[in-house]
Amino acid sequence: MADGYVQPAETFSPIFGRLTLDWIPYHEPILIATFAGVALGGLVVLALMTYFKLWVPLWRDWVTTVDHKKIGIMYMVLGFIMLIRGFADALMMRAQQAMAAGGAEGYLPPHHFDQVFTAHGVIMIFFVAMVFITGIMNYVMPMQIGARDVAFPFLNNFSFWMTVSGALLVNISLFVGEFARVGWLAFPPLSGASYSTGPGMDYYLWALQIAGVGTTLSGINMIATVLKMRAPGMKLMDMPIFTWTTLITNVLIVVAFPVLTATLSLLTLDRYFDFRFFTNDFGGNAMMYINLIWIWGHPEVYILIIPCFGVFSEIVSTFSGKPIFGYKTMVWATACIMVLSFVVWLHHFFTMGSGANVNTFFGITTMIIAVPTGVKIFNWLFTMYKGRVRLEVPMLWTIGFLITFTIGGMTGVLLAVPPVDFQLHNTLFLIAHFHNVIIGGVVFAVYAAVSYWWPKAFGFRMNDTWGRRSFWFWFTGFYVAFMPLYALGLMGVTRRTATYPDAGWQPYFIVAAFGAVLILLGIVSTFINFYVSIRDRKQLACGTDPWDARTLEWATQSPPAPYNFPFDLQITGREAFWTMKQQGFTWPTTGYKPIHMPKGTAFGVLIAGLALVFGFAMVWYIWWLAILAFVGMIGLGIFHTFNYKRDYYIPAEEVSATEAKGAAA
Amino acid sequence: MHTSTKILLALAGAFALSGCQYDVLSPQGWVAGQERNLLLIATGLMLIVIVPVLIMAVYFPLKYRADRSDQSDYDPTFEHSTKIEVAVWGIPILIIIALGWLTYVYTHRLDPYRSLDHLNAGEPVEVQAVSLDWKWLFIYPEYGVASVNELAIPEGRPINFRLTSSTVMNTLSIPALGGMVYSMTGMETKLHLIADNTGTFFGRSAHYSGPGFSQMHFDTLSMTDEDFNAWIEKAKAEGGELTRTSYLALEKPTIDEPVSYYASVEAGLFDRVVEMCVEEGKVCMGHMMMQDELGGGGLEGIPAANAYSYDRARTIDGFGNPVELPELPTPDLEAFHEAFFNDPAAICGPEIISGYLSTEKKDNG
Repeated sequence: MADGYVQPAETFSPIFGRLTLDWIPYHEPILIATFAGVALGGLVVLALMTYFKLWVPLWRDWVTTVDHKKIGIMYMVLGFIMLIRGFADALMMRAQQAMAAGGAEGYLPPHHFDQVFTAHGVIMIFFVAMVFITGIMNYVMPMQIGARDVAFPFLNNFSFWMTVSGALLVNISLFVGEFARVGWLAFPPLSGASYSTGPGMDYYLWALQIAGVGTTLSGINMIATVLKMRAPGMKLMDMPIFTWTTLITNVLIVVAFPVLTATLSLLTLDRYFDFRFFTNDFGGNAMMYINLIWIWGHPEVYILIIPCFGVFSEIVSTFSGKPIFGYKTMVWATACIMVLSFVVWLHHFFTMGSGANVNTFFGITTMIIAVPTGVKIFNWLFTMYKGRVRLEVPMLWTIGFLITFTIGGMTGVLLAVPPVDFQLHNTLFLIAHFHNVIIGGVVFAVYAAVSYWWPKAFGFRMNDTWGRRSFWFWFTGFYVAFMPLYALGLMGVTRRTATYPDAGWQPYFIVAAFGAVLILLGIVSTFINFYVSIRDRKQLACGTDPWDARTLEWATQSPPAPYNFPFDLQITGREAFWTMKQQGFTWPTTGYKPIHMPKGTAFGVLIAGLALVFGFAMVWYIWWLAILAFVGMIGLGIFHTFNYKRDYYIPAEEVSATEAKGAAA
Repeated sequence: MHTSTKILLALAGAFALSGCQYDVLSPQGWVAGQERNLLLIATGLMLIVIVPVLIMAVYFPLKYRADRSDQSDYDPTFEHSTKIEVAVWGIPILIIIALGWLTYVYTHRLDPYRSLDHLNAGEPVEVQAVSLDWKWLFIYPEYGVASVNELAIPEGRPINFRLTSSTVMNTLSIPALGGMVYSMTGMETKLHLIADNTGTFFGRSAHYSGPGFSQMHFDTLSMTDEDFNAWIEKAKAEGGELTRTSYLALEKPTIDEPVSYYASVEAGLFDRVVEMCVEEGKVCMGHMMMQDELGGGGLEGIPAANAYSYDRARTIDGFGNPVELPELPTPDLEAFHEAFFNDPAAICGPEIISGYLSTEKKDNG
């Protein structure tokens, strides 16, 4: 129909399943160019790694590591790589909509545009935002509670590689077949077997299922870590706010993600085995899916934002030279949000015909969440009050967050009023709202966290000028890109349109595209900053405590030794490191005992690699391969339980030597 | 003149010209007007908190800068104040109480299912709207006409919409007149709107529904009663017949379908669309539910599956082309119905049916 394009015919061969050469998109110049770029870049990286003999260190020190710090850093690397992918999608959409006014078709046909917006949403939520916050929690939380590592170090490694497998599966869909064209939450019946034929929707399902295993296990791991691995004497109410938010977010993960897994499994059964959970006919009910997916989906947005609240709490307190204002309020407000996030899901579909009483209930519960959130904002403001505020880069992001998130919160409450939502549902006003809170909240927090904890991870600061440039580009870019979308929403412009009839909307889309370019400059500045900072690391070198911080992670060396802390610290009260500094604490240079450590293992990456093969085989109906990979995963998992060589000791002399070096530095 | 200046001027001009298009903010009907008022009231209420927060967010970091000259107000122990904490919990709670009360009142007042009879406006017009791949069908049962991708309404008279969909979800949305409601296959939803002025208003599906979604918009022509009657006459003069057969032809996926009219509409068509039994040989959903209530078809009913199948025949590929799948065996429906109603034991387990019949007898006796 659309310009005579037809999807490749559905065939089946026992060896390749439904995969045929027709599914390689060689007729799409954009994809070919991307593929050429990725392939060339990949070859250069491979060549350089071979030249510098980096393969063995990469495998030994990173891929197979169970060290939470290295896994945390790998999460951040994955997040930045996927940010580039997701942002490329955003630029493509902005360019398309800036062009496709008043009957013009733009440069992306719907078949491609629809994949782009689906991929953008899926990647940004699951493989950028989730990955970033998991990385930050992984890196920071164990050190904040004075622990050596997370409770289950192997599981941590496995979780990470499962996330990577999911991300890879999404990216494979770019060059082998296609991705889903359903929007990021894949509402049926559109995502069902009849209206989403082809492999795209199956890539979606398996990528999220595989990554979801990683997320759920990582959630269990972190809860166990916070509850069982705290340094002696650290009560729950002594924990830093970031650790509290980590705990609460992971409780949400463990409660909510199984709902996602179950929902996607039901849809998988619909698509693969002709079940009728969400079909139109045979008594299926698509509204059931929409309820279920949002029962996961709404807690999900709090899963993303709550650790960010923790990041800002640490930063605002450090850079104001004061303890956080209203610590207990902060904890209870976060706990309130955790509970309330489960009773608001219906506000995502007020327009689906629920009665006035139901809509009122969910509208009001949604507004109630604004109260604890507002309290947190006030607490950050009053932390600065009567403080000594240093406007370093992390603090700039924090102030940018306070302003931007407050505005986003206001438009969010507007959307929580059902009759207002009747008008604004699915319009660009909604798009502007959630980018307002996710960019203003999560992205700003990630940038703040990276600039704040970078010296911890590497022993030198990031370049200040490029950090500020990055902030100002992002901050102004956000407003230029999304304020026009609020306006367009009030004109009734809907989301996900590849083209639109009214040429009067075009100027707004052009301004929005310009904003996206500003954000691009912000991202480029970040990468320049990485380069410049690493190049000038000697000049930027700083001690273990460059920000005059207050929490325990700053009590160790920067970068920390593999064991984090040479011995268990005895904690009394909040702000442990601040107290230690007041008391003039220094680490001794002798008298250490050997430290018991977990050993790296290749099983995590191997099992996750097989999961990727399994997912790919399931997408293409290559049944024999799927069975082999699945049996292999289970087999390796069982085999790993017989691996008893899981630990080693760092000798006391080595600990003493490391600590002496740290003391001298 | 400089090129960039020209572009800037052109942009400014375009913004000025497009200033009249804020459909949500310049309502053309009572419903949209109420919704706009609520939007403004809610915004105003929230600004009571938002404005001070924004001011503090800029003022505090500047006032309490670490390099300020007078640092006598630095208080590193200030981490709790009952007064402040009561205020920061109390004021938002009060505002949310006010907003919650407004929400309750307005959500009931503006429930899309609530008829607009209370406005004491003119005689309501019934419109049955069906979202098809990728166009809108509007049936006017009282006038016996129908239109595709054009909605004509008389000003000042409530429009009672009944909505359903042919394959996937859509929403019917005319922002100038008020909020939207989903149209869903196998279900009927309702929406009540009214236009206070004549004019042409933008209408569209606001829920992504596949390859032709972007073109799934239509003009809403709000006109005087006279013009509306003329429009009905025009439809009667120009249109063909909308029968079950021509509906099935219309239902085939198309993109950017031109406006067209139907001079007559087969009785009960909309109900058949809702029950997914426009096609000859399909069991209507109501019947299916009754059969289920009677115990269902059991294993013996499996060969009759095609009589209940709907999605399979509407399979499309990623570009919106219909995909031909091998036909399911067609059951002999006549025999099937006969068997079901005259000899229930032939299809359902004998125990279930006899159990049902005996309870029914008991109820009657």
